[in-house]
Amino acid sequence: MIYHDLVIIGGGPAGLAAAVSAKDNGIDDILVIERDKEPGGILNQCIHNGFGLHTFGEELTGPEYAARFIDQVLSRGITCKKNTMAVDFSVEENRKVVTAMNREDGVFQISAGAVILAMGCRERPRGALNIPGFRPAGIYSAGTAQRLVNIEGLMPGREVVILGSGDIGLIMARRMTLEGAKVKVVAELMPYSGGLKRNIVQCLDDFNIPLKLSHTVIDIEGKKRVEAVTIAQVDENGRPVPGTEERYTCDTLLLSCGLIPENELSRSAGIHINSITSGPVVSDALETSADGVFACGNVLHVHDLVDYVSQEAAAAGKNAARFLRKNKTRHQEQIELVAENGVRYTVPSFLRPAEMDDTVTVRFRVDGVYRNHTITVCYDGRPAARRKRPVMAPGEMEQVILRREELALCPDLKRIAIRIEKA
Amino acid sequence: MSETYKKELTCIGCPLGCPVTVTLQDASGHCEIISVTGNTCPKGDAYARKEVTNPTRIVTTTVRVTDGAAPMVNVKTASDIPKEKISDCIAALRGVTVAAPVKIGDTILNNVAETGVAIIAAGNVTALPQEMR
Repeated sequence: MIYHDLVIIGGGPAGLAAAVSAKDNGIDDILVIERDKEPGGILNQCIHNGFGLHTFGEELTGPEYAARFIDQVLSRGITCKKNTMAVDFSVEENRKVVTAMNREDGVFQISAGAVILAMGCRERPRGALNIPGFRPAGIYSAGTAQRLVNIEGLMPGREVVILGSGDIGLIMARRMTLEGAKVKVVAELMPYSGGLKRNIVQCLDDFNIPLKLSHTVIDIEGKKRVEAVTIAQVDENGRPVPGTEERYTCDTLLLSCGLIPENELSRSAGIHINSITSGPVVSDALETSADGVFACGNVLHVHDLVDYVSQEAAAAGKNAARFLRKNKTRHQEQIELVAENGVRYTVPSFLRPAEMDDTVTVRFRVDGVYRNHTITVCYDGRPAARRKRPVMAPGEMEQVILRREELALCPDLKRIAIRIEKA
Repeated sequence: MSETYKKELTCIGCPLGCPVTVTLQDASGHCEIISVTGNTCPKGDAYARKEVTNPTRIVTTTVRVTDGAAPMVNVKTASDIPKEKISDCIAALRGVTVAAPVKIGDTILNNVAETGVAIIAAGNVTALPQEMR
């Protein structure tokens, strides 16, 4: 069995940034495993601009952003095994083994000193949405359509209805329009869009594409190919309201209905998964329930900005390097991090104050749209910090930064709660 | 006295997404902004003024690549172009192909749709080895 100090599963934005950071923190023996023929992950099909404003101070397209990190990985001599799929991961008695396969090597096993999980996420498929109707050709997840158009150069259809107004759905509404398709409507189940305002204006308003909030698809017609889709308004419980049905003739239905972290490998290794994020439960070091196994990027929780993925992955790379130098995780006092009152989850889930960095970024999402509210941080029930926010929405990740020196002032601290309160 | 009219916009400066109303008046061939209302910060005012007088966009799309490791390459306008030129820009790129290798920053087309702005590559595509073409 071959051995590498650090094995990174996934060569997308998270895996690449983690590899660069681990190398810069003194780890030389790194292997990145990537299932596609090129590294870069989902960035390669995101040809719109707006990536990298935080990291590089300019607006890049996805392939441009990916290329900057690919260059950093190559210039450091880090090995990336492409066209290689990790099919199993096991952790027993601190022995970490990744089973992978590709056309040249067949099936092979790699033993690792530390592992960074960077597998990204997957789109929620039709089967998970309970849409009635037939199962004809012409129903795609928005990301699949994006890959077909932008990478393969193929058009999925000519007359399009889109369900879901997340950013990928909005981006694809514009993309399909520019490529000559007619996008008839974007329907969104929720009373608000999960996408950025900029995308609503520049992808829908610019092209006069209607956005119908509190609407969903209630029927798909067509036996061989999609022929029509019926949408209807939904009430506050998400149930269709009779009499509000509208039928759109179309040949294509795109689904942009959420992303789910891809944790089959994590589960096969027995790593604890957070039921809200569907990603691993991690410490402030982004270390999972298995010692020496770290997670970052969309496999940990779904991000809206790649810049934050790169930051998080750099932290995971640095922490993996520190683990490899010590080769163990010390289990001591923990402070629990709790999401309360309007906060859906926090990443990380707990802190190890004795080992934490000077600052730890806690990322979280809220459960609805809040105007003029505060983010309140409570130490054992006592409000310790408040920050006013004019608006918060589920589509925009929020963060608070915890400082080690402040926590040191509260030696018996057991529980930090993050909550949303009226200003 | 010429007529005044209103334009409704959504500000894209932050998640607040203020609904902004711009009141305009026709004044000898061009329009003059009388007022901007509904915004909660100066960003909204600046955005609304630019958006009604000179709205611009960066346009990104793909063009076909011959003899490359990938069939398509990401391209974009080197800087923002007037919003009403988006469809002309896309039309000008229809049928354009480039031969691999393509490198980020390579000029694909000069002065697209008479905007004075070039289309440049925004992705890298390596050339296929001779025997694989």
